[in-house]
Amino acid sequence: MSSVFFKVVESTRSAAHSVRAHGFRSFLTTLGIIIGVASVIAVVSVVQGLSSSITSQFDDMGTNVVSINAFTPLKERLQGKVAKLTYRDFLEIQYKVPGISHITPTVAATGPNGVVQYKGESTATRVVGTGSSYQSLYGVFPETGRFFNINDDKSRRRVAVLGDSIIDKLEIKGAVVGQYIMIGGEWFKVIGVLEKRGKLFGFDQDDFILLPYTTTRALLGGAEEPDISISLQVDNANQLDSIKQHIQNLLRRNHNLSKEAADDFKISTAEQMLETVNSITSSTTMVLSGVVGISLLVGGIGIMNIMLVSVTERTREIGIQKALGATRVDILLQFLIEAVFLCLLGGLIGLAIGYGIGALVSNLIDLPSAEVPMWAVMLSFGFSAGVGLLFGIIPAAKAANLDPIDALRYE
Amino acid sequence: MMSDIFQEKKVIAPIISLKNIARLYKMGNQAFYALNNFNLDIQYNDFVAITGQSGSGKSTLMNILGCLDYPTSGEYKLKERDVAKLDETTLAGIRNLEIGFIFQSFNLLPRSSALQNVMQPLIYRGMPIKERRIKAELALTRVGLKDRIDHLPNQLSGGQRQRVAIARALVTEPAILLADEPTGNLDSATTMEIMALFDELHQDGQTLIIVTHEQEIADRCQRVIRLTDGCLVADSLNPQIEQHYKEQQLIKESANV
Repeated sequence: MSSVFFKVVESTRSAAHSVRAHGFRSFLTTLGIIIGVASVIAVVSVVQGLSSSITSQFDDMGTNVVSINAFTPLKERLQGKVAKLTYRDFLEIQYKVPGISHITPTVAATGPNGVVQYKGESTATRVVGTGSSYQSLYGVFPETGRFFNINDDKSRRRVAVLGDSIIDKLEIKGAVVGQYIMIGGEWFKVIGVLEKRGKLFGFDQDDFILLPYTTTRALLGGAEEPDISISLQVDNANQLDSIKQHIQNLLRRNHNLSKEAADDFKISTAEQMLETVNSITSSTTMVLSGVVGISLLVGGIGIMNIMLVSVTERTREIGIQKALGATRVDILLQFLIEAVFLCLLGGLIGLAIGYGIGALVSNLIDLPSAEVPMWAVMLSFGFSAGVGLLFGIIPAAKAANLDPIDALRYE
Repeated sequence: MMSDIFQEKKVIAPIISLKNIARLYKMGNQAFYALNNFNLDIQYNDFVAITGQSGSGKSTLMNILGCLDYPTSGEYKLKERDVAKLDETTLAGIRNLEIGFIFQSFNLLPRSSALQNVMQPLIYRGMPIKERRIKAELALTRVGLKDRIDHLPNQLSGGQRQRVAIARALVTEPAILLADEPTGNLDSATTMEIMALFDELHQDGQTLIIVTHEQEIADRCQRVIRLTDGCLVADSLNPQIEQHYKEQQLIKESANV
């Protein structure tokens, strides 16, 4: 056992010596592995960063939150039909469906109502009308000031809660709460500023203004009923399915849908969305891993090719070593370990490069810092070593089986 | 006096004993004997030259003596152990422990320093690196290359390379030193240096076998064997060298007295 260990140590020493002696060639040989492993690590780190940031977004919402949106199938959309959720749908759900703790309608102010002015500064943003339950449903709370309450909503008060970025965009100086801004030609009093949430994929999550629903509804005018979305939280997560069923039946009746017709709305839960995201990221990872696996395989063939050339080139050396008393096993181990050593070295360099690329990409698209999970590191190394073993065995066997007399005579 | 020495040697079994050795080569339909019915005993501390024309079977004999090749038939005893039918791995061990090779073209590992070259055979007997280094430095000192241990072979002259090869052969303390045309690639001055080194080793008790086709080299050996067509045709002691050794011995003895 200890003699095997000794041989492995000596072969590693000799492999390191040989790799160093052929620096540039060793680098080129292992380049396939370097690129393969670097791609694995870069891809995995970006995908992981992506999915963890999305997951954290959903974590804020909680698993018992349901959102309902109007949904028009593509075929009907082409026919010019547009499905809508109305305030009446909201009220029906609010009063007829039991087991709901919070519910709020959400409506987006569009056109001129998306333009905000303050002391000569003007900017476009998302202006959203919603209820006071919004804060507990989406886990957004005011950093300063307060959120609007039921009374603000009932009396259609012209009050606004700002996302953090609005302050910079409008260049509001001093205390923000208590100042007035103009939205769609009407003055609104700022009553609160929300906690900063940062950017996701370069998308500013703090660039919006919240108004009470009724106020927004008035701002939009009565010409056409706007399409709203409804968010609600159920008391008990176990009742989620029955409540969803209840809402579905209610909305179908409201919308006069025939039995055969598909739903013209979508009821989705945070959990469902999370599952969708996870399945997308995991299948992306799988596909990319497959591609990368092929590149590692190609890298391995490159290593085998160079190792075969190297065995031929070093035939005489192998003859000398055999004359000096090297056994078949000694030579086999030497070349096998050299191949594995090359692959592991490539794996290590690839790991560093892949980590760098991952960090760079995450930085460019505003993802949270790249995380490389341990399994990806172990997998890359394991795969590299495996490739070395697999593709090193043929050249090593060729070297080990050389006849010492012929090898010594080789020019 | 001379007969006394021979009687002493006869008591000890020969270090090498070849009996009825044959080596058959087959090439397609043709077959020929590179060695045939070959018998040879070599005693401890012999200094033997094996001579002959090219194609006379010198190299085949050398390969068999060095345990690199198997005889087709016959018995080869090295230190009273029959090595003619051992498996490859065991033979590798015997090469490592008992035989020191010296080649015409030096055969040093080109990317390894002189020290690493000399350390190389000790790896195969599982010697730790510190011990290897000490032994290799001693061997290089012995051949007069103490100040060249970190040089690569291409930074050394031909004579120096052959000295490294000799140090590599000596470092394992082999039973026999097997040199194949050791001075074939060297100029005459360097040849004399290397032969002087062999002389020294012989006097220190080393058994040496030198394969050569140069008469000058053979003349400096104690015993000369001549091969023709795979057969031993002459085996004689070199009177001049015998005389020389006797004188050396007398000088030593008088110095001790």
